[in-house]
Amino acid sequence: MSATLNAEAIDRYRFPAADCSRIPYGMYRDPDIYALEQERIFRGPIWNFLALEDEIPNPGDFRLVEVGDTPVIVDRARDGSLHAMVNRCSHRGSIVQRATHGNAKTHVCCYHQWSFDLTGNLVGVPFQKGVKGVGGLPADFDKSCHALRKLRVESLNGAIFGTFSDDTPPLREYLGPVFTHQVERLFNRKLRILGYQRQRIFGNWKLYTDNLRDPNHGGLLHMFQITFGIARLNATGGAKLDADGKHNLSWAAQGGRAGNAEDPGKDYGDTGRGDMNIKLRDPSLLRYHKEFPDDLTLAVTSLFANAALQQIGNTLAVRQIRTRSADEFEIVSTFFGYEDDDEAMQRHRLRKANLAGPAGLVSMEDGEAVELVHRAIVRDGQDHSVVEFGGRGPVRDQENLISDVPMRGFWMYYCKLMGIPTGETAS
Amino acid sequence: MSTITPELYVRVQSFFEEYGRLLDEDRLETWVELFTEDARYEIVSRENHEQGLPLSLMLCDSRDMLHDRIYSLREANIYNIHTDCHVIGTARILHENGVLSAVAPYSLFQSTQEGETRLFSVGRYHLTFAETGGRLSISRLRVVTDTGAILTLLATPI
Repeated sequence: MSATLNAEAIDRYRFPAADCSRIPYGMYRDPDIYALEQERIFRGPIWNFLALEDEIPNPGDFRLVEVGDTPVIVDRARDGSLHAMVNRCSHRGSIVQRATHGNAKTHVCCYHQWSFDLTGNLVGVPFQKGVKGVGGLPADFDKSCHALRKLRVESLNGAIFGTFSDDTPPLREYLGPVFTHQVERLFNRKLRILGYQRQRIFGNWKLYTDNLRDPNHGGLLHMFQITFGIARLNATGGAKLDADGKHNLSWAAQGGRAGNAEDPGKDYGDTGRGDMNIKLRDPSLLRYHKEFPDDLTLAVTSLFANAALQQIGNTLAVRQIRTRSADEFEIVSTFFGYEDDDEAMQRHRLRKANLAGPAGLVSMEDGEAVELVHRAIVRDGQDHSVVEFGGRGPVRDQENLISDVPMRGFWMYYCKLMGIPTGETAS
Repeated sequence: MSTITPELYVRVQSFFEEYGRLLDEDRLETWVELFTEDARYEIVSRENHEQGLPLSLMLCDSRDMLHDRIYSLREANIYNIHTDCHVIGTARILHENGVLSAVAPYSLFQSTQEGETRLFSVGRYHLTFAETGGRLSISRLRVVTDTGAILTLLATPI
């Protein structure tokens, strides 16, 4: 019944253009849309990033994650196989595993001590047969019918993904060649987990996925690199998309073309930004030690719908978006290096982590920008965002950073999964 | 273990008072001067701290890096417009082998321009002092925050 109620929410908003160059504000604020997303996006035919194998290297290791807002246990069974299951007891709906991470033989619910093995099967029910034939469960109670709800799991180079849907294609096919390569590029050998960062943002999660697919804001909102003269929006960079346009790689490379070479600040118009060239007292923060075969110094790979892989210089992390409501989400970032990093490289990565995350010198602004939009669009759900940088019409790879085309790619795929009709013609 | 004289006790508590006041009054450039040249300042979540994971939320391993961060806040970064209010509890002071250190709990409230206040962060300061010219400075400060899930963003120092 609730599914029907929610489904009707999509009729409340109109996407006037099939190319999603207009996005109705209501899509970010409507709780019914949010509920429908849980069903059709996060539990739909997509692969959600769950965790890294190097976070759960040993049999019995587990971590708690969330898919959308559904609590999920990811663990490694005795035989080394990976499993993911909804962290909700099949008895009374309680959280089963309460520790955020650890090692367990079974997951035991504290409420009535039902226990589940590492694959999610119900293995123990205290007093199932009562005491001396009195009480307990009916004789025909079948434990095998009461497993935790399981997700299908695939791992690519140690990055674990999960899906609720039987219709999701194999992971490599879902990622496509460009994004399979991006996963393999980053997870190219054994990792060393450096730690976690968490950030709560009081706005809709799609304002953040938009942000990830909007290279245009990088050199306008995040002024650290501009101020200190190390990168500009008119530098070499661009965006790559998969065939659906759902995933995005925003990239920038060392060297290459400059914008207005005579006066690099000129492209910034009269904003008073972009014309500074102030030196850091400690410029070592900005040093990049080349470590990939390509020339990318910035590669942020956004995977539909809940993940971003991040290379900002030598700062490497994977971010998982956990939705809380239409008005709140959490970003959980797992920072890592490689097991063979020497002490100097690890120290360099840890210092460079200053650039990323909730306190990141080139990223802190995103939290503010998302909340500014979320607050202002509380009314007028039929009004629209304008998404035209890089042009209208079909989405394709972008050869510069002055573009928000990847945002349209996200929304076109989102509308398809949500069953939202978009305008007749791509204007 | 050296004794903590009443005079030393007062100096340390007063130091924390000054530390919080400079941040609350947005005198960040003066706050930086509380640190020694080779000081290390970091904010780390309890989650990482307890697991022995080295990642910080903010890490400056010299006063120059602290200067850069404050300069960036002034000139480059855009963040939520707010006022800070640090409430720093009584410090536990240790004086061992000539090293003076202290642990003090803190609460940090953030208020918007419209006067809406939220509890932004709670945790503990783990501070090691240096004494030069009769003046206390920070040689190492590790802020272990219980509030590892940062609300919105973390711009101004804790």
